Amino acid sequence: MSDHLRVDPILCDAHGHCAELFPELVSLDEWGYPIIDDGPIPPGLAKEARRAISMCPRLALMIEQRSR
Amino acid sequence: MTALAAASLESPPTRGLRRLLPSGDASWAQHLERHGPLPQFAGRRASLIAEVERSGLAGRGGAGFPTAVKLQAVAAGRAPIVVANGTEGEPASAKDRILMTHNPHLVLDGALVALTAVGGDEAVLAVSRRARPAHAALTRALAERRADARRIRLVAVPDRFVAGEETALVSWLNGGEAKPTFTPPRPFERGVGGRPTLVQNVETLANLGLIARYGAGWFRETGTEAEPGTVLVTVRGGVRRPGVIEVELGTPLRQVVDRCGGLAAPVRALLVGGYFGTWIDAAGNLDLPLADAALRPHRAALGARTLVVLPHGVCGVAETARVARYLAGESAGQCGPCVFGLPAVAQALESIAAGAPDAAPLAGASATAERADRRPRCLPPSRRRAALRRQRDPRVRGRDRAPPRRPLPCRPRRAAPAHESRELGLEVRR
Repeated sequence: MSDHLRVDPILCDAHGHCAELFPELVSLDEWGYPIIDDGPIPPGLAKEARRAISMCPRLALMIEQRSR
Repeated sequence: MTALAAASLESPPTRGLRRLLPSGDASWAQHLERHGPLPQFAGRRASLIAEVERSGLAGRGGAGFPTAVKLQAVAAGRAPIVVANGTEGEPASAKDRILMTHNPHLVLDGALVALTAVGGDEAVLAVSRRARPAHAALTRALAERRADARRIRLVAVPDRFVAGEETALVSWLNGGEAKPTFTPPRPFERGVGGRPTLVQNVETLANLGLIARYGAGWFRETGTEAEPGTVLVTVRGGVRRPGVIEVELGTPLRQVVDRCGGLAAPVRALLVGGYFGTWIDAAGNLDLPLADAALRPHRAALGARTLVVLPHGVCGVAETARVARYLAGESAGQCGPCVFGLPAVAQALESIAAGAPDAAPLAGASATAERADRRPRCLPPSRRRAALRRQRDPRVRGRDRAPPRRPLPCRPRRAAPAHESRELGLEVRR
């Protein structure tokens, strides 16, 4: 199992906090919506991921566990 | 010999290319004469699913997911429900409507087989509002078999591109809007009424109705080893007789075109898979077999099994722009990247088609489309990417900038007439 960052695109309103707090895995498109690295969250960055998730005003970010 | 094969008729009357669209009328009497009643599978659910697995049947709605895996997943849940998906949101496709209109009883058979396989007692038959002949045929068919009709409900669904996406369909059937929802939960986990829900395309179900009778071995007699069976294909554009035909998987594209009266003009490119699809260059590719394995190297897939033939002199960029503009108008309006991205791609393509002097719109559209590929989505703007990649070739751009002499007949569905009999002169050929 590995942890991946995921956004609910229906909830997302392009506040952009995620890209600011977690630029390692999140960038923004020209309209400010997040583009999320689909790879597993590197173990050293788990704390940053949790922080980005908790700071999303729309609660649109989450961690998804995937089996390989 | 499996239990199911033993139950099959000695000589299945639906051989070769006439499995799904046989000759004869759509009546119950004719259907019974053709196939006899459905075999009973009481207490043999596992062997039924095993037979479907051996058949290698994959979903005919576009995604091509193995049917047996889906059956298994839903069968594991409590009080499951079956949704027969006859919404056919893909605007270039007409095969599901034609199937439901001309062979409604086989679709009903399939829904009943699916109910048996998953252990459910209720099926919903979801058909787009616009498909009136299909509604009429299914209503008549249900009236002809009252006992089965108690378990199958016919429901009209809004005529929108995204309405047939499985989470959108479940949302609509639950009283919500016909718009996709975030997953999980997937419908097989929690769908209609919170119950495990099998959403299966009507052509897939029709195949189930045949596999249940004649077995996996019979099913695999046509098609390829990896992609067995026949499929319904909608052929449009530059052919003499556009229409829906049934072909074996693996049939060369040239033969598919020939079955539709041949090319009406020299062919330039083929849009494989409908609005979801990918353009492939006709030069050197007409002998490609109609099968995902052969199309994959061209980054194409059968998708909704729609083939649009683009003749020379018709602008591929303009056609792609029209498709992108249509899709932009069909967005559910829920997700930013789709709401903003699709119109941007459409506009860029339109300005290229109109002969924009610089490459800026092309670069912008490509970047947007490339990004779309890295995102989860329900609509596939990513497919536009393959078209864009081709147009990046300066030779292609220079040559094809002229506006189309006449538009291809793959117009957005809302502009099309109400009855499919008149629509594009589409006819069924058997």
